[in-house]
Amino acid sequence: MKVSCRWLKEYVDLGGMNGQELAEKLTLSGIEVDAVEKRNQGVDGVVVGKVLECVQHPNADRLRLCQVDVAGPETLQIVCGASNVAAGQKVPVALVGATLPGNVKIKKAKLRGVESNGMICSAKELGLNDRLLPKELQEGILVLPEDTPLGASIIDVLDLDDEVLELDLTPNRSDCLSMIGTAYEVAAITGTAVRLPEPEAELEETDEEAASLASVRIEDRELCRHYAARIVKNVKVGPSPQWMQNRLIAAGIRPINNIVDITNYVMLEYGQPMHAFDYDKLAGHSIIVRKARAGETIVTLDDVERKLDEEMLVIADAEKPVAVAGVMGGALTQVTDETKTVLLESANFSGISVRLTSKKLGLRSESSLRFEKEADPGAVIPALNRAAKLLSDYAGGTVAKGIIEDVAVEPERKQIRISVNRINAYLGTSLTGEQVAQIFERLQFAYTTGTDKNEFVVDVPTRRGDIARDVDLIEEVARLYGYDSIPTTLPAGETTAGHLNKNQKVRRAIRHWLLGRGIHEAMTYSLVDPRHLALFPGMYEGVHPIRLAMPMSEEHSVLRTSLVPGLIDVALYNRNRNEENIAIFEIGHVFLSQQEKLDTLPQEKMMLALLWSGAAHPAHWSGKEKPVDFYDVKGIAEALFHYLGITEVTYRPAQPQGFHPGRTAEIVLQTEDGPYVAGRVGQLHPELQQERDLGETYVLELELEPIYELATFHIDYEALPRFPAVTRDIAVVVPGPTPVGDMMKEIVRAGGDLLESVDVFDVYTGENVGAGNKSVAFSLVYRHKERTLTDEEVAERQDAIVAALERSFGAELRKA
Amino acid sequence: MIEKLQSLKEEALAEVQAANDIKALNDVRVKYLGKKGPITEVLRGMGSLPPEERPAVGQAANEVRAQIAGAIEEKQRELNRRERERQLAEETIDVTLPGRIAARGAMHPLNKTIEEIETIFIGMGFTIAEGPEVETDYYNFEALNIPKNHPARDMQDSFYITDDILMRTHTSPVQARTMEKRKGQLPVKVICPGKVYRRDDDDATHSHMFTQIEGLVIDRGIRMSDLKGTLLQFVRGMFGEQTQIRLRPSFFPFTEPSAEVDVTCVICNGGGCRVCKHTGWLEILGSGMVHPRVLEMSGYDPNECTGFAFGMGVERVAMLKYGIEDIRHFYTNDLRFVRQFLHL
Ligand SMILES: [Zn+2]
Repeated sequence: MKVSCRWLKEYVDLGGMNGQELAEKLTLSGIEVDAVEKRNQGVDGVVVGKVLECVQHPNADRLRLCQVDVAGPETLQIVCGASNVAAGQKVPVALVGATLPGNVKIKKAKLRGVESNGMICSAKELGLNDRLLPKELQEGILVLPEDTPLGASIIDVLDLDDEVLELDLTPNRSDCLSMIGTAYEVAAITGTAVRLPEPEAELEETDEEAASLASVRIEDRELCRHYAARIVKNVKVGPSPQWMQNRLIAAGIRPINNIVDITNYVMLEYGQPMHAFDYDKLAGHSIIVRKARAGETIVTLDDVERKLDEEMLVIADAEKPVAVAGVMGGALTQVTDETKTVLLESANFSGISVRLTSKKLGLRSESSLRFEKEADPGAVIPALNRAAKLLSDYAGGTVAKGIIEDVAVEPERKQIRISVNRINAYLGTSLTGEQVAQIFERLQFAYTTGTDKNEFVVDVPTRRGDIARDVDLIEEVARLYGYDSIPTTLPAGETTAGHLNKNQKVRRAIRHWLLGRGIHEAMTYSLVDPRHLALFPGMYEGVHPIRLAMPMSEEHSVLRTSLVPGLIDVALYNRNRNEENIAIFEIGHVFLSQQEKLDTLPQEKMMLALLWSGAAHPAHWSGKEKPVDFYDVKGIAEALFHYLGITEVTYRPAQPQGFHPGRTAEIVLQTEDGPYVAGRVGQLHPELQQERDLGETYVLELELEPIYELATFHIDYEALPRFPAVTRDIAVVVPGPTPVGDMMKEIVRAGGDLLESVDVFDVYTGENVGAGNKSVAFSLVYRHKERTLTDEEVAERQDAIVAALERSFGAELRKA
Repeated sequence: MIEKLQSLKEEALAEVQAANDIKALNDVRVKYLGKKGPITEVLRGMGSLPPEERPAVGQAANEVRAQIAGAIEEKQRELNRRERERQLAEETIDVTLPGRIAARGAMHPLNKTIEEIETIFIGMGFTIAEGPEVETDYYNFEALNIPKNHPARDMQDSFYITDDILMRTHTSPVQARTMEKRKGQLPVKVICPGKVYRRDDDDATHSHMFTQIEGLVIDRGIRMSDLKGTLLQFVRGMFGEQTQIRLRPSFFPFTEPSAEVDVTCVICNGGGCRVCKHTGWLEILGSGMVHPRVLEMSGYDPNECTGFAFGMGVERVAMLKYGIEDIRHFYTNDLRFVRQFLHL
């Protein structure tokens, strides 16, 4: 809503505030002002002149030579380039010495050898928004009405000495979509009164009964609550007065003709959308408010034929729809230059109905905008009278006697009970009854109260449809008292201990551990490209990527089932910027559903994904880089599990989609419910690497839920050993494919409790161990808790281990 | 005899002086102090001297021996020192060459900001609640007093999956879910960080996915002044002790009264600059007293308890705090961007 300060002053005193000051006050009390615009963009020295004579310039085809009377001592000769200039016109003339917006100074000039003493101005040159003017005036000079006083300052003629506030209204404050509503708000801030127009008192009616000329009937009594009409005869269609046009332009509405301008003017004034029908074109002179019938169409004022459906509310005459209720009138019954009698409509329609209809038709208007947010039912009659009065004043109309109306729903009278104690308890203030009463008075809310002014019963005016409960009144009190004046306290109740829960703690621990290991954290979109997801669908079988009903682009159209495609994008982005070594992780949700079409919420699983390509240890002047390999990434997983106190972890060879079939392991955790595949670690499939233009890339993917369960913050302290350990190495030769992990498990089993630890320190293949074989060397540490071990005891265990390896893997002891 | 000893001594000391390494010095030691050395010889030859001369010669011989031994020892120390110096000089490296940098990852600036915010609120007795990113229309809108066809739904264009399921447009549904879970228990004191989604074209200031933190406090006797105090304490923890807040009336369907919260501009400290559009204030939070309808719908009696709620965009807080100019950086993860958040 654009509010002209000049216009606003007609209804309320601004208390000497300029636009900027008023804007600040309004913003701090809840009506945000986006911008304050000066209507005068720098015009000075421009007056109204009359073109006495207009002839072709002797030396230029496109120029005219004008003699212009500006009520000065002499007639001015002015060269003008506009094609629409003509003798007899009243026009704005920038005199020599005048200034125009953009700090343009007008000087005496010679144009193609002819003297020019000033300039005839276009609307744009005067800094006006010429978009709101008829086409011919956008291209040429601004032609003023004939009765514009000669020699008058254009600033006065166009009301340029004005500021326009642009309100950014929240949906609840549609009452300020009107000058009067805004005036009430200003009055509440400044504590002054509102001056309303009094059309009823001033309106002169003829003896002819309106009811004898037309009829009004509401068929759908839910969607239309009130329909009122007046008949105005003998109207003369023409331009509206300049002041009215100025105000419409200030509000951003294009002047059309006096009839339409008056309906728009009253809409801006009261927030009540109005419509004028050409009475003679209404079949049967009847108005019926009903739902559209199947197959009905209407050509709206914008000359577009609209298909109506049976949900849409229309205004119909005896035969056909003549307007889409609350949205736009029809072309057939619109006011034209020939119109003699108008039927003025002022009605109250259901907001939801207008909103749905306007949405379905893809048609929004100043009218639908106001109805959607529920118009003030109390404005129907005053606005109708006001429009009738303006038609008689500015269109020569004679107003038939009385209002034709149908009331389907009487506006309810809202009374809200509130106590000062409740207000203070809610806000933390210590307001007195007197202060609260004053605020209600400033808002012009009627109330009753006891002598102690503690309990109030407030009559909420119909213009404030947003106020429904006591807390709404509390907000009114708070904002007018000033949010700044509310004290600053802390909750006084029982104290609570703030903390992270276990899942959150574990998640943070994982994040910080990975950061400490030198891996950067990334955050990628949840909405991903299904083509990327198809290449790497993640670790869950039988799930369908969930697709948005209306994605904005294919790149962000489905919900991720794995974090890895996002990390691949990050790797790619950075590789394209010469970043070869990339180690990143992300912790976030994947979205899983077995349903083709979602009817319950999907499962959201918190995942960790890690991507590593390039160097494990970067190049340094002291040596070459070490490229990352499987064991770097597996080592991350192993160390992380160790850090989290998770001991029972198995890595099984696996061939999941997107991974290198020979370089990938499933990670199996021992949970309460048995073994659970909680993740994978491996190299991306070379085909995927190629497809996405990546080098050798390793990935770790883990589901965090089982890790939350198994992680422990408990430390099992053991006293330091008092007896020495004995270390023995053994090397065995086994067939090449034998999993060393299984051999280690066998060693642990056979070693019994004297075996403290086992480690692999060499894996070797080569001629001297036989083709297809490998030699694996283990380092074993033995220790007894209570005494020093004897050589015999250790030897016995070593033998048992070798025997077990022989038995289970066909291992052969390698002689050192 | 004594003269002979004196000349021996001189000779020996000269040789000690001349010895340039341990081996030469050992040779000198053996030559003069060895069992076959000249001093031993002198002592051995003492028998031929008259008895009255023997003590003097014996003493002189011992003195000479001690002096030579002392000189050797001193020389030995000197040689050792020189050897050590040589060795150290040999081991000297260029300490100005770069070391092997211990790897350290940078936390994502959004998580860094979230953790900071969480820490402040945990210190104020809050716990952290979480909720789904894919929500039902009920929790995202209806339970927050935004019925179907409510004009407030225009404020945020949403990503729907079905008619009833959508990407949550704010973290506020966690409010309703938390209250339902608590089943009327008091007090409720939570913050809820999380991702949210809106149909915005990605540009420097808009992102179709972004991050919010919601806060909710419900108890007996919670007042709007408590909201002010809590937020003041938070912004001071976040932006510094001198930070001020300003509340402006606003509208959210799930709070009444509602307020936008501004903080004094972190760039100009309130003096006015380009970032704050010369107002000295930056809008960072939406907040208000929990609407009684919302309390009722989630099983709390608005006559018994009241509450406040607030929400902020984490990107906005991070952008202001670090002066980040483009919201897309957060999701592109350019390592040159991410690495800048490596510091404490
Ligand atoms: Zn600033």
